[in-house]
Amino acid sequence: MLTFMASDSEEEVCDERTSLMSAESPPPRCCQEARQGLEDRESAAQWRSQDSEEDLDEDADRYMCSGVPGQPSGLEEELTLKYGAKHVIMLFVPVTLCMVVVVATIKSVRFYTEKNGQLIYTPFTEDTPSVGQRLLNSVLNTLIMISVIVAMTIFLVVLYKYRCYKFIHGWLIMSSLMLLFLFTYIYLGEVLKTYNVAMDYPTLFLTVWNFGAVGMVCIHWKGPLVLQQAYLIMISALMALVFIKYLPEWSAWVILGAISVYDLVAVLCPKGPLRMLVETAQERNEPIFPALIYSSAMVWTVGMAKLDPSSQGALQLPYDPEMEEDSYDSFGEPSYPEVFEPPLPGYPGDELEEEEERGVKLGLGDFIFYSVLVGKAAATGSGDWNTTLACFVAILIGLCLTLLLLAVFKKALPALPISITFGLIFYFSTDNLVRPFMDTLASHQLYI
Amino acid sequence: MTAAVFFGCAFIAFGPALALYIFTIATEPLRVIFLIIGAFFWLVSLLFSSLFWFMARAITDNKDGPIQKYLLILGVLVSVLIQEMFRFVYYKLLKKASEGLKTINPDETAPSMRLLAYVSGLGFGIMSGVFAFVNTLSDSLGPGTVGIHGDSPQFFLNSAFMTLVIILLHVFWGIIFFDGCEKKKWSALLVVLLTHLLVSALTFISPHYGINLVSTYLIMVLMGIWAFFVAGGSCRSLKLCLLCQDKDFLLFNQRSR
Repeated sequence: MLTFMASDSEEEVCDERTSLMSAESPPPRCCQEARQGLEDRESAAQWRSQDSEEDLDEDADRYMCSGVPGQPSGLEEELTLKYGAKHVIMLFVPVTLCMVVVVATIKSVRFYTEKNGQLIYTPFTEDTPSVGQRLLNSVLNTLIMISVIVAMTIFLVVLYKYRCYKFIHGWLIMSSLMLLFLFTYIYLGEVLKTYNVAMDYPTLFLTVWNFGAVGMVCIHWKGPLVLQQAYLIMISALMALVFIKYLPEWSAWVILGAISVYDLVAVLCPKGPLRMLVETAQERNEPIFPALIYSSAMVWTVGMAKLDPSSQGALQLPYDPEMEEDSYDSFGEPSYPEVFEPPLPGYPGDELEEEEERGVKLGLGDFIFYSVLVGKAAATGSGDWNTTLACFVAILIGLCLTLLLLAVFKKALPALPISITFGLIFYFSTDNLVRPFMDTLASHQLYI
Repeated sequence: MTAAVFFGCAFIAFGPALALYIFTIATEPLRVIFLIIGAFFWLVSLLFSSLFWFMARAITDNKDGPIQKYLLILGVLVSVLIQEMFRFVYYKLLKKASEGLKTINPDETAPSMRLLAYVSGLGFGIMSGVFAFVNTLSDSLGPGTVGIHGDSPQFFLNSAFMTLVIILLHVFWGIIFFDGCEKKKWSALLVVLLTHLLVSALTFISPHYGINLVSTYLIMVLMGIWAFFVAGGSCRSLKLCLLCQDKDFLLFNQRSR
């Protein structure tokens, strides 16, 4: 449902150009189901089980999974820890990149800090004379937004339960189409305006068309992993920028807090919609929506074509080794990993060797909300970089802690609460306490 | 001011730290994580110092006058104390973490305490330097004339050099501090604290950049030499390294003499 939520909100983006978008809510989750997957399928051919691990790992938006090949538990713990630091860095880099893009845009392009109306989901204005009224309005805005999100989540869980896959899939494609074409066009227009660069329409058309088409292919079908990751980061940044523009100030902060709480509840409570979605997906052994998860996983399969019926007859020929990423052609039908043939052909009796490097997956909603927090800090601080940097470090630390908890508890965990809590604490304390102190020190040229 | 000022000052202040990061830390994920946690600890210490200063100001009801200057000086000194305290807390945390890592992964070599001392010092230094200088740097991109009201026109250069020396000093202090904690030599900790206080106190005479900067750089060189010997270096190893005759290093890099 996380994925559903995301696609839903994106679809709304598509629908309402003027009435604007809803917040993305899919709460993030970490999950680790590889072990279960493998235990279930130990008899199957190895690559098949690896496939289902992939399926299970390919969870909804905002799932963070550190897959560990099925091993006895002690070894598994070691492997988890051994991979732990690398996984953390594999997530630090894209999160940092997304935040850098958002902050750079906020600081240079005026468009995203101008107030030009509000979302239909935050109807109450914050231009009220009294503080109490403003607070009340922002709380009401938050309530409306969160209830819309909850309703959409439940709707999507229902859709998923009743197997309306085509509907969901089409929805997802529509959403990413809108994101990749419309928002890119607007963004490009604003950047060109800021730097006073002229671009003629044919060039613009060519650029946006190529960007969008390659993006659609990479995200929904197959493409080089790096390109897919880059596109996912870019669309997360675009969404975050739109939120930063259209959410009024106090509402944004309250919404961030409320989303973290909702995330916690939805993922950890037994009746939470996200948990139900994951469990349903597990029962059916299906992937959910690969298009809305950032994946740093690479799957290398070294072995004979025993696993791949299509290449059975071609054992004699040398194949080019390929590094394949997790990718799915259509919903519910995982594509089989392409076989990475050894350079020596014609060893039909050879045993299958498989090497698998598991990466981590983080849902795009996490990227979006982290970037919204840092972007808001950059937009509203009075040109102060210290606040932005403090929020950035706080979010990274939160992510680190969440991954540590994942390694310890080995179950689905939400990725938003800790990071957003740290981010909010550090935003408010840095803005109100540290900034005056550092400014006074700087004006007297004192160093601590 | 000009882009030259911006880039020049940025690279003066952060160039060595960036080089240290790229060549020693960026390749190992665990070190990056410890660096960021170190930066976080410095940030928390700054938060507490600001809280103290804020409360002190609130108690004196924000009256203007010399009392504000004294409060600021007190704030700076308390801040230094809190930073060193957090360095100690970070040391304790790292000790527990490396013991934990060792019990879980007995085969894999956990980073040594010396390495962690360096990484933590760099984390503290980078965060400290960035917080001190980044706002000044971003102002240097805007319009203006430095020193138009009679202040020194070398404001940016001075700030850049001061930031650089603070970053390097934090690295050296980190190494010395952790070594002192490991060997239970509390005098080392005291010296670190005192030199930090001295460096901050020297900035109180701020418009006289000459004395300020030169003495701080002297202190940095002394700390650097001490940290070098504490980290296991010796005159002999330095000579071998400079003359490219260090066998271990050469073997490691598989180069011939």
